[in-house]
Amino acid sequence: MLLDLTISELSAGLKAKKFSSEEIVKECYGNIERSNPTVNAFITLLDKEDVLKIARQKDKDRTPDSSILYGLPYVIKDSYNTKGICTTAASNVLKDYISPYSATVYQKLVDAGAILLGKTNMDAWGHGASSENTDFGPVKNPWDNSRVAGGSSGGNAAALATRMAVFGIGEDTGGSIRNPSAWCNTTGLKVTYGRVSRYGCIAYVSSFDTMGPMAKTVEDCAIILQVIAGHDPKDATSSQEAVPDYLKGLDQNLNGTVLGMPKECFGEGIDPQIKQLIQEAADEYKKLGVQIKEISMPMLEFGVPVYYVIGTSETSSNLARYDGVRFGNGRNNFTKETMRRIMLGTYALSAGYYDAYYKKAQQGRTLFIHEYNKALSECDAILMPVEPMVATKFGELINDPIQNMLADIYTCQTPVGVPSLAVPCGFTKEKLPVGLQLVGKMFSENLLLKIGHAYQQVSTWHKQKPKI
Amino acid sequence: MVDKKSISKQSVILTKEEVRHVADLAKLELAEEDLIKFQKQLTDIVDFVGKLKEVDTENVEPTSQVTGLENVFRTDEVKSSLTQEETLSNAKRKYKDYFVVDAIFGE
Repeated sequence: MLLDLTISELSAGLKAKKFSSEEIVKECYGNIERSNPTVNAFITLLDKEDVLKIARQKDKDRTPDSSILYGLPYVIKDSYNTKGICTTAASNVLKDYISPYSATVYQKLVDAGAILLGKTNMDAWGHGASSENTDFGPVKNPWDNSRVAGGSSGGNAAALATRMAVFGIGEDTGGSIRNPSAWCNTTGLKVTYGRVSRYGCIAYVSSFDTMGPMAKTVEDCAIILQVIAGHDPKDATSSQEAVPDYLKGLDQNLNGTVLGMPKECFGEGIDPQIKQLIQEAADEYKKLGVQIKEISMPMLEFGVPVYYVIGTSETSSNLARYDGVRFGNGRNNFTKETMRRIMLGTYALSAGYYDAYYKKAQQGRTLFIHEYNKALSECDAILMPVEPMVATKFGELINDPIQNMLADIYTCQTPVGVPSLAVPCGFTKEKLPVGLQLVGKMFSENLLLKIGHAYQQVSTWHKQKPKI
Repeated sequence: MVDKKSISKQSVILTKEEVRHVADLAKLELAEEDLIKFQKQLTDIVDFVGKLKEVDTENVEPTSQVTGLENVFRTDEVKSSLTQEETLSNAKRKYKDYFVVDAIFGE
């Protein structure tokens, strides 16, 4: 299948005219027709004939200088504004909202010549870790249809696993790229805060939100990041830090690299099969010349409260604009989960509670930054699980607000801003995917990509796909 | 599943009035049965995040953002933005070039 190929293989094949964008897009729609009725990855699927027409034009207009992403079909989470196309954030509040403008990340992909197939299903507004908190039906895990795909970028991960697209653009605020990547056996990168412009992506937590690539391989993520990273004058929080060449040095050996494993992640509460698989990945890394070191991060147990107090406070403010006046439908269209988060945030910010909750959490955030700085001074990157459990059965998370929050336990370092790469590292006995996470210093994406890529040269987990 | 033993014994109870007040602040209209359900759930959640009080934050500065940037401005020049038509395109109620809102003063 063409869609099993990596971005560089596809790009080379297209330039050598071994196959065409039209053929790739036809394969995408074939897989969509086969799997989407079950998986429900899409909220808006663009018309097949319209997209094929675009693909044929791309085949005509391709030059040797075309971007590596030119003519490759992709999907984008429905939190990104795409001019002229419906953008819902998976909520009935915006079910008939047609974007009058485009997100910077989307515009960059348009300019690179990539081909959009559709807007993917997600937890509404980013509120969730399972893609169940959606007004468009949940996303089903392609590996086990009785289980969730993860979230909030679940539609993307499920689409990639079932080969509906070459790559996806997700968004990670508290694990929303990494969680579904781990639960669907795909690769995903949560970038450093400010690395990629947030302009035009519907905001969940403005000081945590990151825009990032999701794909079958680490190398694919590096290629996509090269296209979307960089300063944007439209995003006041975007970084002026130079964008390095993410492919340079990707194949370098890892001799002398130190990976720290926080002991707090491997105690009570983690599925022993996941612990075993992460340990086996660490052993593979040792064979590559990496030194594995045990580190301690005692603040980790406070990660979820810090994340949720600040996160819900900021989201309560960001969602205040949905008043049904200038756009969208009324506020009674919010789901219960979203209303809970808005109310928690409003409470935390209200008079009499601001100091005990919001300010306290911001102070906790400072302590977290110190803790990550300390941990990352003892190692080059942190190796930890993405999730303490495998993909949950429907209802387990969405019907239990506290359990739902705890799903973010290893992915809620987003208040610190550090990047993290999620990579498939095996399957449980029940054939459910497991992911590992590589967390690094601010702007250390090229190191993380190098470390992740090395693992994918000595493992084949990421090549496996569910029975379609 | 993640172990919930770490949740402290309930030391916070949100009253129905508090929930109604918070809902009003957030402009959320809640039916009576939802108010009761949310009261229980929010009490549990507030209690859970109250775990933060175990952290020693004396003399710790709060962090509100991690970029280190301040005062990111652009030059004060008029630039094009959305057209009036684009801006009004998603409004459910329009009157000529205006958004229509519910009356807030009496007629």
